Amino acid sequence: MNKLWRFPGGLHLPGHKDESTAVSVAAAQLPRFLVLPLQQHIGEPAKALVKVGDHILKGQMIAKASGYVSAPVHASSSGTVVEIGERPIPHPSGLHALCIVIETDGQDTWLPHHPVEDYRQLDPSALRNIIREAGIVGLGGAGFPTYIKLNRGADKVIDTLILNGAECEPYITCDDMLMRERPEEIIAGLFIMRHALQARACIIGIEDNKPHAIDALARVIHDLKVKDIRVAPIPTRYPAGGEKQLIKVLTGREVPSNGLPLHIGVVCQNVATATAVYRAITYGEPLISRYVTVSGPGIQQPRNLEVLLGTPIRELIEQCGGAPDDSGTFLMGGPMMGFPLHNLAAPVIKTTNCILAQPPAAPAQPVLPCIRCGVCAEACPVSLLPQQLYWHAAAKDFTKAQSYNLFDCIECGCCTSVCPSNIQLVDYYRFAKTEIAAQELEKRKADTARNRHEFRLQRLERDKAERAARHEQKKASLSDPATSAKNDAKPDVIQAAIERVQAKRAASDESSGSVPAQH
Amino acid sequence: MFSAIIALTVLATVSGLLLGYAAIRFKVQGDPLVDKIDAILPQTQCGQCTYPGCRPYATAIANGEADINQCPPGGEATIAALAELLGRDPKPLNAAHGAVKPKMVAVIDETRCIGCTLCIQACPVDAILGAAKHMHTVIAQECTGCELCIPPCPVDCIDMVPIKQTASTWKWPYPQDSGEWRVASSAQ
Repeated sequence: MNKLWRFPGGLHLPGHKDESTAVSVAAAQLPRFLVLPLQQHIGEPAKALVKVGDHILKGQMIAKASGYVSAPVHASSSGTVVEIGERPIPHPSGLHALCIVIETDGQDTWLPHHPVEDYRQLDPSALRNIIREAGIVGLGGAGFPTYIKLNRGADKVIDTLILNGAECEPYITCDDMLMRERPEEIIAGLFIMRHALQARACIIGIEDNKPHAIDALARVIHDLKVKDIRVAPIPTRYPAGGEKQLIKVLTGREVPSNGLPLHIGVVCQNVATATAVYRAITYGEPLISRYVTVSGPGIQQPRNLEVLLGTPIRELIEQCGGAPDDSGTFLMGGPMMGFPLHNLAAPVIKTTNCILAQPPAAPAQPVLPCIRCGVCAEACPVSLLPQQLYWHAAAKDFTKAQSYNLFDCIECGCCTSVCPSNIQLVDYYRFAKTEIAAQELEKRKADTARNRHEFRLQRLERDKAERAARHEQKKASLSDPATSAKNDAKPDVIQAAIERVQAKRAASDESSGSVPAQH
Repeated sequence: MFSAIIALTVLATVSGLLLGYAAIRFKVQGDPLVDKIDAILPQTQCGQCTYPGCRPYATAIANGEADINQCPPGGEATIAALAELLGRDPKPLNAAHGAVKPKMVAVIDETRCIGCTLCIQACPVDAILGAAKHMHTVIAQECTGCELCIPPCPVDCIDMVPIKQTASTWKWPYPQDSGEWRVASSAQ
């Protein structure tokens, strides 16, 4: 039996997982309009490659990555581009963002795609490039471009590749269903990622409340008779699926503050990302669909659907017998880390793992002052001091908040849910984090402006000096005896000319005077 | 007594030499206070403080000639930071220098621009691109929103446009339950 470690804090939460795992996954209906935001990932938004009126095929790249941390967007079905404009997106701000809207033609015609014959023949960088072009980002929720995480760098060695199938948040079961139904694809994707990273061992971490998923994957591994890959059931305790928490549980190693798993020889990928990598390499299919859990009270048939990216969330809720109204009682994500959807016209994007209908709002609990009980600090899986962070974030003392490692907070919500005073602690941390990020951006802009202003002053000064130098040179050349001799020569020339003319005139006078005299 | 005098003399000489060496070895060029103040100012170079740029204003503050509440683009945050740096009490923005406005960026209406280059000469951060008798344009990323290009324009073709908020620049609002004592007392 392989040893497991323990991360600090954490909570035992009611799972609510059985509701949505009763029926197998079905494909969601093809919507009439697909709305594809240009930004479905962390990083720079993609740049549109199509224009209104273009007919496009399923799997065609419709927006390309712009920059290193970026990912392209592909059409999830065939049809016509009818609009490129601002549409609601699933985002806590409720803001609109640039989207490509496709009217589907119902044909679902694929663009011819090109599978890789044998990925083992490709070097890791070529493999990463295919993964980048397929638009694959982390499907666990953060949406960080996968190809970057598969680049270990020249000087690093990855000894353990972890596949994250923990899925610790209540209600969410999309990874569970994927592991039950497509274990072969996950393992095949794992092999490809292992090749890209040149990693040695692979561990698939799954919470022990998913016995079917554990069995399915273990069976595939047993049938393939591969070594160095094992399934590790881990104790169910939220947030065991957090990247750093899972690494701690499986390897005992801690990712340093401000560090990456890469720095301790570990890379962690989601199971759904592994499937996407497998399909991109083996079939040449870009990322155009994903499993989404639709669950929660108010949904008549909680289940998982395989959804084309860009499908409006409202249609999913309707297909599961929910009552979609825009009252903001639907969350994207789970009950702990999800955020309320402002508009159900917003589409499913690469990071949409769950649509959760919230229970009817309980009477708002009064918020009481912090009594410094310290329960939040016991629940924190990162060993932070939530009450100190709250104190400084509420006072907008961001320097102090950062000195308590605010940015190590994973916003898991454990502290909020245990707070006896009902303080929405995580909201304060989110506020402080975005505020600090904005201030840092301002600072960078101010530094650029200062440099540009100083350069301009320098340039004006230089121009002035150069002009002055030119004047000085001219003046000097006038008074300098060596050159003034040359200048003095000028009057001589004039004088000479005058004399010449006078001489000529005199001569002509002489001749004219003499000629009449001769006559 | 004699030994005490010798000891004190030696001590005084040694410390004097040390201080003298330190004064030469660790000499600070320029005025660090001006740099610190300048680092806090928003660098719009707009001149609303009546000084020709952020650094001259910083110098004036350091010399005690200007007050810390003369910078409208910096707003309250800048005043608070200056107050903390200088150990003074924060005070409200002096309305004589202008009001706090949302962040703006200059936009040139290119159909009306006659290519006179006056705005290019006015821009403190070289954020306007163009040449004589050719259309000018603002490099939006470099524009500080100082509005100095507006008065010189003979055809009024420059507009100040508020910077649009996007999902990536959006900030989480301050939590609503912040008035916790008020909420708590109203619940009783």
